Amino acid sequence: MSHPRPVRLLATGLALGLALSACGSSGSKATGPTGSGAQAQLPATTLNGSGATFPKAFYDASIDGFKEEQKAVTVNYGGGGSGKGRTDLQGGLVDFAGSDGLVKDADKPMFKGEFLYIPTVSAPITVSYNLSGVSQLVLDADTTAKIFERDVKTWDDPAITALNPDAKLPSTPIVVAHRSDGSGTTENFTKYLTKAAPSTWRLKSGSTVEWPADTQAGNGNPGVAQIVKTQDGAIGYVDLADAKTQRLTFAKVINKSGKTTEATLAATTKALEGVDLKPDLTYDPTDSPNPDAYPIAAPTWMLAYKNQTDKVKGTALKAFLGYLVGNGQKLAAENDYAALPPSFTDKAKTAIDSIVVPG
Amino acid sequence: MTVAAPTAPVPAEEGSRLVRRGSRRADDGFRILSLVAGLTVLLVLGLITWSTTKEALPAFRQEGLGFLTSSRWAPNEGSFGAWSFIFGTFFVSFISLVFAVPASIGIALFITEMAPRSVRKAMTFVMDLLAAVPSVVFGLWGVSVLAVQAPGFYKAIGSPLSAIPGLGGAFGGPYNGKSFVTAGFILALLVTPIITSITRDVFETTPPGQKEAALALGATRWETIRGAVLPHARAGVIGAVLLGLGRAMGETIAAALVIGSGRETGLQLFASGDALAARIANEFGEATGPWRSALIGLGVVLFVLTILVNLAATAIVSSAGRRRR
Repeated sequence: MSHPRPVRLLATGLALGLALSACGSSGSKATGPTGSGAQAQLPATTLNGSGATFPKAFYDASIDGFKEEQKAVTVNYGGGGSGKGRTDLQGGLVDFAGSDGLVKDADKPMFKGEFLYIPTVSAPITVSYNLSGVSQLVLDADTTAKIFERDVKTWDDPAITALNPDAKLPSTPIVVAHRSDGSGTTENFTKYLTKAAPSTWRLKSGSTVEWPADTQAGNGNPGVAQIVKTQDGAIGYVDLADAKTQRLTFAKVINKSGKTTEATLAATTKALEGVDLKPDLTYDPTDSPNPDAYPIAAPTWMLAYKNQTDKVKGTALKAFLGYLVGNGQKLAAENDYAALPPSFTDKAKTAIDSIVVPG
Repeated sequence: MTVAAPTAPVPAEEGSRLVRRGSRRADDGFRILSLVAGLTVLLVLGLITWSTTKEALPAFRQEGLGFLTSSRWAPNEGSFGAWSFIFGTFFVSFISLVFAVPASIGIALFITEMAPRSVRKAMTFVMDLLAAVPSVVFGLWGVSVLAVQAPGFYKAIGSPLSAIPGLGGAFGGPYNGKSFVTAGFILALLVTPIITSITRDVFETTPPGQKEAALALGATRWETIRGAVLPHARAGVIGAVLLGLGRAMGETIAAALVIGSGRETGLQLFASGDALAARIANEFGEATGPWRSALIGLGVVLFVLTILVNLAATAIVSSAGRRRR
């Protein structure tokens, strides 16, 4: 309430998308370094969302950050999985849905009208392992595919030693850990293998695939991380946040350009810069052609209806989505997510502006 | 009332008619009320069956009988076979009963026949408390403690036993922490309080006369239990066990955490398998389209199996009851 009155009046008179730029250009007190500015306080309302759990930590942090900007707007994000989010949005149970995957064409008629994809963040999926005495490991797509398909069963297999001539690899049997629950992380990991090792990878891609019998399953990223953490010789795919929390060691991965890359946030943003963003804002960052890209990157989107039916809610939703691709991006790194490159956020902002709110 | 009685006597006939008329109205009301309540149960059951079957129909149509007999479950390739989950559900429930039934009957006998009054109260209280612990707590303990510590122990037990001809399959490797036997053990912890509390109630209904008669004939305590308590309680104990079985079959989250989400369909105790409810819990969040309808189909299968188990329970209990009479 400390904002100068004229600015407040000006801003209240405008739709929020305009208000953001209006405040920015009028040089009012900025709330963050890039200064999207002091904002009109929106009327009290509650926005509910559900869906992908992979970006939930980022969304939770953003919800807190957004609350500081819009004190009267309460946002809830329930998680539950991408499929649940999409089903909830179809049924009108939620105002927005998080999804790691795209909606199949066959499912589109089930939605109540046209919906938009808003890309929010990205994150690397690590290939974490636990092998005593080996702190450096390099893998390529073919070898990773062979390991996860159980064609390569010991750590001193020629396929691995060829990539790691300097490492002293023991003959420890490999224990493969994967997700027991359906997951966007599995979907993106298998999508990467399908793309980057097409002649080797047989299991295809999906949020659950038919893993070989002699593998182990853990619930959620923490469950896979626990298997890797507790068993010598184990390897699994884990998102960066959980791999860091559990202090797992993760392999460097050779990307499409033949460069050995580490699973870092910077290399993940690079992966996004190398792929084309389609007009509907969908993209596939796996196996990016960018020479500096970490190849196993996972995208995620917010889904929202283009035509909103409630003025107050619709305006608040636009503000929240705008925050996610605006000031919220600064919260990505500290939660181990890669921020989107400006080329992505600019297009996302345009898409959010195109959401129609009834007058 | 005693004062009024002689001065204003109500004719006996009229009074009883008044009472009868009021009672009849109450009777009719009660009959309708209980009928509605009873029908609601049937209605709810019917609606559940109808709506789940309707949702699952695309998967049933696509797979046909293969939905029950195939064990290939690959949602990303549109292949849905539930056999490994059906097998796992029964195998894990059976393991849990192997652990839980002797323990429960032992505890119930101890509480009713052996324990001094003060201990009896404490034990009953503790068992009820155990029944109130949410299953996810046992599941989390299972996944973060038992499943991590167990493989070495399983191997130590399993490898010598698997050398015995005929047991090689059941006790052979791999020795996984998350396995049928781990899930069976966790489920046993969940069903023990239920079976215990019902069998305890049943044991308590043994007519004291019969027990005293047995004791008077010089029977020892064990002979009394075997001769008087157990035969009397047989039907009730079987009912309790089958109720426990129903609970074990339907248990979701604890099983999902420790069963290992494998595809084993052989009687291998230490292998990772899966169960119907656990699979639903693991995949429902991500599922859409045919995959979702196949998961609901798993629910229908579980529903039908549970009803069959309950019907079997009713049949066994009533036939056991008849035999005694």
